[in-house]
Amino acid sequence: MTTREVAIEINGALFQRVVEPRLLLSDFIRHEARLTGTRVGCEHGVCGACTVQLDGAPVRSCLLFAVQASGHSIRTVEALVKPNGELHPLQQAFHESHALQCGFCTPGFLMTLEPFVEHADPALLDDETIREALAGNLCRCTGYQNIVKAVRLAAERIHA
Amino acid sequence: MKPPPFEYNDPATVSEAVALLARYGDEAKVLAGGQSLVPLLNFRLARPERLVDINNVAELNYLRVGDGSVRIGALLRQSALERSAEAAEKVPLLREAVCLVGHAQIRNRGTVGGSVAHADPAAELPVALTALDARFRVLSERGERVLSAEELFVTHLTTALEPDELLTEIEVPVPSPGTGSAFVEFTRRHGDFALGGAAVLVRLAGDGFCEGAAIALLASAPKPVRAGEAESFLRGRRVDDDTAHQVAELAVQGITPTGDIHGSSDYRRGLIQALVRRALLSAAGRAREAS
Repeated sequence: MTTREVAIEINGALFQRVVEPRLLLSDFIRHEARLTGTRVGCEHGVCGACTVQLDGAPVRSCLLFAVQASGHSIRTVEALVKPNGELHPLQQAFHESHALQCGFCTPGFLMTLEPFVEHADPALLDDETIREALAGNLCRCTGYQNIVKAVRLAAERIHA
Repeated sequence: MKPPPFEYNDPATVSEAVALLARYGDEAKVLAGGQSLVPLLNFRLARPERLVDINNVAELNYLRVGDGSVRIGALLRQSALERSAEAAEKVPLLREAVCLVGHAQIRNRGTVGGSVAHADPAAELPVALTALDARFRVLSERGERVLSAEELFVTHLTTALEPDELLTEIEVPVPSPGTGSAFVEFTRRHGDFALGGAAVLVRLAGDGFCEGAAIALLASAPKPVRAGEAESFLRGRRVDDDTAHQVAELAVQGITPTGDIHGSSDYRRGLIQALVRRALLSAAGRAREAS
C-alpha cells in the first residue's frame, strides 16, 4: 500500500501524518486532526457541508485528497470563534436570525460565506447576490430565508 | 463513498507530467481540479490504477490576455477566469459561461482545462469554446498537436486525447469588432447541470446585417455541436424576431437530445430552440450596443 507523508496546516496548527493518497481531506480533518466541526454530507461535491477554506478560498474538502493539501493552509469552522469564546459576527448573526435548526449544514455555510461577507458592500447587497453566494450549500431545515437575513445582518455589522 | 486505492504522482513540471503519462498512460488518469473526477472515484465509477496530479505544475496556471487571443493554461482555476476583467473585456462570452459553472466553491478548485478534458456535453465551457473557435494545445513525448473543438470533442465524456497526451493550453481568438455574444441556459435549480443551452456570437456590419455567426448547442447531443446550417442562414440577414425564430428552428433540426426524468427529448429540443432564439436576440442587441 502506497503511503505518503503530509504536513497540513489547519487553523494555524501543523498536522504531520503518513496517509494513503486516497484519503479525502474531509476525512483527514475529522479523523486525523480530530476537528469534527467539518461535516461530511454527500461526499460527491453536491451538498457543501464539508466546505473549508484552502489558502483562503472556499472549497469542497470531500473533493480534495489530503496529499493535495500538504504544504497548504486550511481553515475550518473551528477557526471562526475567538479564543475568549466570542462568536464570529457571521455566527452571531446566524444565531440571532434563527438561520439554523439541526445545524448539520451550518459549518459549510459559514466557511463559504465568511469571505463573502468580508468583501460584500452592504449597500449593494441584494437578495439575489446573497442567494447566488450560498447556492452551493444545501440546507434541509430552514428554507434559506433566515440564512439570507443572517448574511445581511452580518455584512451590515462587519462593515458598520 | 471512499475512493479505491491508487498510485499517486504529483509532477512539478509539464515535462515530468508528460513523461509519467508516456510511461503509465493506459492505466493513469490526469487529476486537475478534481470536481468531476473525484466524485467518480468516490462512487467507484472510475478505478484508475494511478493518478497524475497536475496541481503542482505551476507553469500551466496562467491567463494571457493579448490583442488577438486569450490563452488559458490548462490549470487555470475557473474562478480566476471569472475574476479577470481583462479576459471578460476581450471575450465576454467566457465570463458569461464560466459564471454558470457549478457553484463558487466548485469554481475555486475546478479548472478550465479539466472541464474541457472531462467533455461533459452539458458543461458550459466546452460549448462556449466550441462557439469561439478555440484551439486546444495537446502535448506528449511524441510531440505537440493543436486541435479544434470539432476534432477534440468525440462523444459523451470522451475526447481525442490519447492516453499519453496532456492538454496544456486553450487559445481563444478575440472576436472581431462589432461582435456581440450571449450564453443562455436553463436549469431547474441554480448550479445544476443545464437541461439545454446555447452560446451565440453575431457580428453585425454597420448597416445592421449579419456578417458572421457562431451558434453552439449545450446538451443537444453527446458532444458540443455547432448549428452550421443556422449559421449560414443568418449570414447576410438582419437579426429581427422573425429571423431569430427561423434560425432557432434550423438550429434544432436533426438534433435528438437525450431524454431523461428531468425532460423528454422533445421537451429539450423545444427548450434549446427557445434558448437559441433568446441568445441570438441578446447577442445581436449587444453587437448593436458595442458599435
